[in-house]
Amino acid sequence: MIEFLKQPWPWYVAGPLIGLTVPLLLIIGNKSFGISSSLRHICASCIPANIPFFKYDWRKEVWNLFFVFGIFLGGAIAINLLSTPAPIEVNPNLAQELAGYGITNYDNLIPEDIINWQSLFTLKGFILMVIGGFLVGFGTRYAGGCTSGHAIMGLSNLQLPSLIATICFMIGGFIMANLILPIILSL
Amino acid sequence: MKNIDNKNIGIEEKLSTFNSQLSTDKELRELDAMCVNESRLEHKWYHNLKYLLIGILFGIVFVKSEVISWFRIQEMFHLQSFHMYGIIGSAVITGMVSIFLIKKFNLKTIYGEPIKITPKTFNKGQIYGGLIFGFGWAMTGACPGPLFAQIGTGATVVAVTLLSAIAGTWVYGLIRERLPH
Repeated sequence: MIEFLKQPWPWYVAGPLIGLTVPLLLIIGNKSFGISSSLRHICASCIPANIPFFKYDWRKEVWNLFFVFGIFLGGAIAINLLSTPAPIEVNPNLAQELAGYGITNYDNLIPEDIINWQSLFTLKGFILMVIGGFLVGFGTRYAGGCTSGHAIMGLSNLQLPSLIATICFMIGGFIMANLILPIILSL
Repeated sequence: MKNIDNKNIGIEEKLSTFNSQLSTDKELRELDAMCVNESRLEHKWYHNLKYLLIGILFGIVFVKSEVISWFRIQEMFHLQSFHMYGIIGSAVITGMVSIFLIKKFNLKTIYGEPIKITPKTFNKGQIYGGLIFGFGWAMTGACPGPLFAQIGTGATVVAVTLLSAIAGTWVYGLIRERLPH
């Protein structure tokens, strides 16, 4: 059983498990599934700065902070107790393209060749981690949700605004990955 | 001078309607948010440990299915693998069927409250913000959930990405009124 759990899980196991989070959160406490709001609650609790958008009772949403702290712990548990040292297997075409940018290390879920503490202080690393992170935080809140809130919770509830948002996430991602990221990775 | 006064009054009117629109705390919490606590019940803090547990299971699924892998996100945006589409697609179908059943049978929470999901209204933010998030998603290889899980897997530098995402959310809050919605 443990050996089975240690393999990478196929999509048809992981997808339904992620989808089941939606009814689970609703049934145990009337909570609508979403993750990016946690960033807003962190702002509201730590640096509200008298901004109206952060002047609400964040304690009512503290469940969301417990949830994301759990995701952090889950990441630590999975990597330490349930992982095999096998490198990530990716499409050979992608591996070939990435090798052209000097990305050859597949030991971790993130590419250690470009995402590490040393590269943080290079232009490429700064753009990928700092600017990229900023766009994630700014964009998700502007859009009113992220992959979990819009793409999973919103689509599950047949919300047209969530479909529009999800399509825009994908368009933005395709533009970045295919047109802009090659330039950044060449820096 | 008169023009300026008129302009000021215009802004004040807008502000006051904005404030009255957000008369309740729950409305403010719902602003630009998908995930909201609909429950009116007050609980002791340890009731939140349920969400910690679900988060842990969720984080494990994230790692074991490689959803949080930068490489998998690149594969997805290069149409080189079905993996991510399969995960998101089957998650949405599972969620849809679940919500359909919850509505059909009027299921209640374990505390006996009727289950409520607030519908969302369209605004242009879903387009502009969606595109901006899409850019960040392909760069960092992570949406907000995976950021937390990536740090858990020992990629400590991702904490910088997370802090930057928090800064992005904060700046959005700061300039929100000046952005097209």
